[in-house]
Amino acid sequence: MMVDTLIAKRHLMANKKQTLVAMLGVTFGIAMFILMISFMIGVNQFMEDTMLSSTPDIHIYNDIKTDYTVSIAGDYFKNKNLLVSVRHPKPKHVNLNLKNANGIINDLRSDPGITQVSPFLSTQVFYNYGPVQINGYINGVNIIDESKIFDLRSKMTEGQPEDLLNTDKGIIMGRGLANKLNLVVGDMVTLTTPAGTSMSFRVVGIFAIGIGTIDDTRSYINLANVQQLMGKDRSYITDINIKLINNKLAPSKAGELYKKYNYKSDDWQTANSSVMASNIVRNVLTYVVSITLLTVAGFGIYNIMNMTIKNKMKDIAILKAQGFSGHDIVRIFLSQSLFIGFFGALMGEVLGFLLAYALSRVPFPHNDFISLKYFPVIFNPAHYLFGLVFGVITPFIAGLMPSIKASRIDPVVILRG
Amino acid sequence: MSIALKVENVNKYFREPEEFHVLTDISFCVNKGEFVPVIGKSGCGKSTLLYLLSTLDTDYQGKIFINDQLLTGESQNNLARFRNENIGFVFQFHFLLPEFTALENVMLPAFKLGKLGREEIEEQAMDKLRELQMDTFANKLSSRLSGGQQQRVAIARALINNPTIIMADEPTGNLDSINTGLVFDIFKELSHQNGITILTVTHDLDFAKSADRVIEMVDGRIKNS
Repeated sequence: MMVDTLIAKRHLMANKKQTLVAMLGVTFGIAMFILMISFMIGVNQFMEDTMLSSTPDIHIYNDIKTDYTVSIAGDYFKNKNLLVSVRHPKPKHVNLNLKNANGIINDLRSDPGITQVSPFLSTQVFYNYGPVQINGYINGVNIIDESKIFDLRSKMTEGQPEDLLNTDKGIIMGRGLANKLNLVVGDMVTLTTPAGTSMSFRVVGIFAIGIGTIDDTRSYINLANVQQLMGKDRSYITDINIKLINNKLAPSKAGELYKKYNYKSDDWQTANSSVMASNIVRNVLTYVVSITLLTVAGFGIYNIMNMTIKNKMKDIAILKAQGFSGHDIVRIFLSQSLFIGFFGALMGEVLGFLLAYALSRVPFPHNDFISLKYFPVIFNPAHYLFGLVFGVITPFIAGLMPSIKASRIDPVVILRG
Repeated sequence: MSIALKVENVNKYFREPEEFHVLTDISFCVNKGEFVPVIGKSGCGKSTLLYLLSTLDTDYQGKIFINDQLLTGESQNNLARFRNENIGFVFQFHFLLPEFTALENVMLPAFKLGKLGREEIEEQAMDKLRELQMDTFANKLSSRLSGGQQQRVAIARALINNPTIIMADEPTGNLDSINTGLVFDIFKELSHQNGITILTVTHDLDFAKSADRVIEMVDGRIKNS
């Protein structure tokens, strides 16, 4: 065994340039893999974080389901033997609230898998400030509960979530919205509902989640104020946000809740399925490109090993004549290939880390819709381990065939010339 | 005198490109310490015979014994170990490993045998090189040596594991007359003083003339033994 390693080492050292070239193939393959996966997973993580800062794990709400197949005419003509068909009916008035909301909330709060429940009432409003009118939404919330689900405290650019409780008719506005209306903390803004009622609120805080569509349209006010604004009673709730202990269980839990309460339950993955889909695409892309690069590196090694073995036919024959077995020959050449793979991969990890680190220091182009300072890059030891394993397996496979071929060389044919 | 090598009714066929009977009913014995050249015209099968005897080629009928041990039908791995321990090889082209020094080339088969530590092996290898007056070149890369020097290193390498038998295929085929004489003297000394059996295929009739016994082959048979 020792002597096999000695010979392998000598072969590698005798042809340093060729060894280095073979190694660089693996090095670049692994480096690109590390760079790509660090960046792609970084992007995925960023997307997921952004998503989770605006989407609850599960969102329960009353989906508008207007049944157009039956008509009041059916009730009227019930006892007559007639076929009733109403062409193009209008939808009838529906209440969007959750019936028995308090019961559902209490039930959810007692669920051990759920850490946080935040009921709210959402409606469309016009924001009026001076002559300016902007269309948006308000969420009537219990700010303490809502704040725990979305970690609002860290997203506040001015004021604190609790300020909402300390002020009569306070409002916490999205930054984009506040900028459009040129509002600052302390200003009064008038909200008008689609039904025509209006009420004034004092700005107590400004938040920025980092997603334009939310920061430009959403505000938070106390649940009771919204109920009052809409002229609804104290139990009028349209939505419930839920935070789970383990958000990976959200899809199955959402299905469970739907069955239990018969209200639409969206888990965060379904609600953001386009983002999730692009995550999958990025993952697949990363692996496809990395595997392609490594396969190319593998073919490089295969070629170099084949050439080496062709050049070493005489040596192989003489080693066999002197009592080296086929296994020894396989070991001699396979260990060269593994050496190339291992050190090539190790170099690739270092290079990949440096590239990924460099990328993580590159400022992200300024953008109003995305709150990113630098390119998102993640450093996960598992990726490096995977790279190393892959960087060794590829040369192993690439070196195996030439090595076995070498071990089958018939020394008699070579020695007789 | 005990028998080093015994061959019983060996027949060998080449199957490619068409079937051809290379060796016919070969039987002979070689005693320990004998120096036996095998001569014959090109294509008479003498090299083929040598490779059968050396256990590198196992495709034959009949039986081959070395040191009273039947080698016919042994596995490749067992034969490799047997060669390592008992047979030394010298070839027309010296086949030293070019990445290694002369000394290392001599040491490699002993490393493979694995019976001794590195220092003892190095000591023995130096002894062998000294016997062949190659000790001054010990640390030179083998590819930097002349043909005659390489052949002497190859002989030292063949001797490193103290084999009972040395097989040589045209060991002087590539050497000038001075080096041929040198190799011849070395072989003679090895067989007569160290008791090593030497079987060598050669074209060189001068080389053959002064040997103990000559095996002459004609058309795949032994002429007079």
